[in-house]
Amino acid sequence: MIKLNTFGKMIVFLLLVIGSIIFSTPLIWMISTALKPIDQTMSMPPTWLPYRYFTDIEGKRTAIVPKVRIEEPSVAILPEGSTEAQIVPQAKLEKQQGKYKVIREIQADKANLWSAVTLEKITGKENISEQYFVPVKSIERTLCFRWSNFKGAIHAMKCFWMYTKNTLILCFFTVIGTVISSAFAAYGFARIQWKGRDKIFLLALATMMIPFPVIMVPLYCLYRTFGLVGTPHPLWIGSFFAGAFNVFLLRQFFLTIPQSLSEAARIDGCSEFQIFMRIILPMSKPALLVVALFQFMGTWNDFLGPLLFLTNQEDFTLALGLQFFQSQHGGTEWNYLMAASLLVVTPVIVLFLFTQKAFIEGISTTGIKG
Amino acid sequence: MTRGEKYNLKMGLLFVSPWIIGFMVFTVYTVGASLFYSFCDYDVLSKPVFIGTANYTDMIQDTVFWKALYNTLTFAFFAIPLGLISSICVAILLNMPISGRPIFRTIFFLPSLVPAVATSMIWLWIYNGKFGLLNYFLNLAGLPGPEWLTNEHYTKPALVLTVIWGIGHSVVIYLAALQEVPIQLYESAEIDGAGFLRKVWHITIPSISPVIYFNLVMGIIGCLQVFAQPYIMFGAGTGGPNRSALFYAVYLYENAFTYNQMGYACAMAWILFLIILGLTYLATVMSRKHIHYGE
Repeated sequence: MIKLNTFGKMIVFLLLVIGSIIFSTPLIWMISTALKPIDQTMSMPPTWLPYRYFTDIEGKRTAIVPKVRIEEPSVAILPEGSTEAQIVPQAKLEKQQGKYKVIREIQADKANLWSAVTLEKITGKENISEQYFVPVKSIERTLCFRWSNFKGAIHAMKCFWMYTKNTLILCFFTVIGTVISSAFAAYGFARIQWKGRDKIFLLALATMMIPFPVIMVPLYCLYRTFGLVGTPHPLWIGSFFAGAFNVFLLRQFFLTIPQSLSEAARIDGCSEFQIFMRIILPMSKPALLVVALFQFMGTWNDFLGPLLFLTNQEDFTLALGLQFFQSQHGGTEWNYLMAASLLVVTPVIVLFLFTQKAFIEGISTTGIKG
Repeated sequence: MTRGEKYNLKMGLLFVSPWIIGFMVFTVYTVGASLFYSFCDYDVLSKPVFIGTANYTDMIQDTVFWKALYNTLTFAFFAIPLGLISSICVAILLNMPISGRPIFRTIFFLPSLVPAVATSMIWLWIYNGKFGLLNYFLNLAGLPGPEWLTNEHYTKPALVLTVIWGIGHSVVIYLAALQEVPIQLYESAEIDGAGFLRKVWHITIPSISPVIYFNLVMGIIGCLQVFAQPYIMFGAGTGGPNRSALFYAVYLYENAFTYNQMGYACAMAWILFLIILGLTYLATVMSRKHIHYGE
C-alpha cells in the first residue's frame, strides 16, 4: 500500500467520490425512474425525485399533471373539429389558419409563468382536452413515490410470478448439481494421488478456453434429439457434470487442508467417501458457499441459455421474460420497464450484500491463483 | 502398479467421473460434432450433408460476416484497453488508506452484479435520444447529444461504455493482487525519493503484471463473444442502424437459429475460436517480457 500525505488523501478521496457518483448514477436513475409516473419520466430537464403536483382548480385543491409552460401572453383556442386545445401566442393569433373558438386568454410573461395542466388520473389515460390554465406560482409539489409501478409492471409482464418460480427452480437445481458434482471432482483432483491426475486436470483447465459458440449448435442439436428443446431441462442438466471453473475453485481450497488429516482418517479405516463427507466437506463450507453463490447468480443472470432452449412463455426465466417484456412494450413505459428491471436486480444485490466477504474472496481466488 | 496405486486410481477416477462424463458429452462430443458440422450443410431438420470447405469459402464472400467481424474487433480494440486501464486505476485508488473504502468498493462492484438484461434496459434508457440522462449531461456541458442508439457511428461507443460500467469484477481481482505487493518495495522506493506516479509505474504495475495478463486474456475471450447486451439493446439481434452493432456472436446466433444454417454457424464459431487463440497468443508473446512473477 502506498503511503499518502493529507493532500494526497484528499485528492484520492475526491477522485473516488467522482468515480462513485458516475458508477452509481445508472442504478440511481433506474430506481428514480421506477418510482415515477409516466409523464415525469419524459421531462426535460429530468427530475431525480418523483413528485405529485397540486393546485387550486375552481376553489378545490386538486392533483394535476403540469403540461406546457406558457411564457408570453397567449390565447388558448379550440380549432374547429378538434378536441384538443392549442396554445397560441397572442402575437401570432392573426396568422392562425381555419376557424377556431377562443377558450380563454392567458396573461403570462417571463416573470409570471403560467402552465397548462390536466387533472391527474392515476390509472387510465389522461384526457388531454380537459386542460386548465393556472399560474406556475400556484402549483405546489410534494414528494410521492409511485410504489404502484411495481404492481403495474408485474401486471404488464403477465407471467412475472411464473418467471420468478421458473428462475428459482432452475437456480435450485443448478446450485445443487454444481456443488455436488464439482466437490466430488475437486476431491478426486486434490486429495487422491493417482496416475495421470495432473495432466487430466490441465486438460480440464484447457476446456475453459473453448468459446461457448463452438459447442452451442451441437449442444442444441443434442438436446433436440432427446426432445428437450422447449423444456427447461437443458438449463440444469449440464450443471450435474462438474464445470472446470468450479472444480478449479474447490480444488484450490481442498489443497489447503492438511493432508495429514486424511491420512489419520485412512489409518482409522475410513473410506475415501467417508473422508470426503465427514472431513473435507464440513471444512470447506466457505468455498462451497462461494461456488453456490456464483452458480446462483450465473443462473439468475443467464440470458443466452434460456433464449436458446425455451420457447413457451410460461417456461421463461426472469431475464428472458424481462427482455420479452421490453421487446413488446419498450420505448414507451419506461417507468414500468425500470420497475421490472429493479425487481430482477434487487435479489442479486441483496444476496451479495449479505455474503459480501465470501463473494469477494471467491473472485480474488480466481484471479490470483489462476 | 502396486495395489495401493491401483486403488487410488480407481477412487480418483470414481470421484472425477462427473467431470469425465461431462467432458465426454459436453466437450469431446460437441467440439467434434461442431467441427464436423462446419464442413456440412445442416439445417437441423434433415441429416447433415458433407460439403467440404464451402462454409468457410462462403464466409469470405459474405459481406455481413465481415461487417460483424469488423464491428466486434473495433469494439474489442476500445473496450479491452479502456476496461483494463480504468479497472487498474480504480483498484489503485481503492487500495489507498482512505476512510470509507468498503463503501467505495461496493459502489464500484455493484454494477458488475446487474444481470446483462437489466444492464441493457438501464442503458437503453440512459442513451434515449430525447429523454436520456447522458444527452442531458452532455447538453449541460454544452455538447450536442447524439442519437446513441440510432446513429450508426455511436452504437459501438455506447456499447463500450455499457461494458466498462461492469468492470467491478476485475477491480476486485486487481485489489486482491495489490494487497500482495510487498510493502518493503514501496518503503525502499521512498528512501530513493520516488514520487507517487513512479511508485505506481515501477513497483505497482510490474508487481501485478501476472494479474493484468490474466485480465487481458479474459477480456479478449469475453469481448469477442459479447452477445447479450448488443442482442437486447439493438433490436433483438438485427444489429441496429446499418448493422453497426451486429456483433460476431449475434450474427452467428442469427445464422444458426433464424436461418437454420447450423453448418455455417459452426464454421463461424471455429473461426472465432482461432481468432481468440491467435489474439491470446499475441498477447502472451507481447507481454512475456513485461510479466514479473514473484520469486
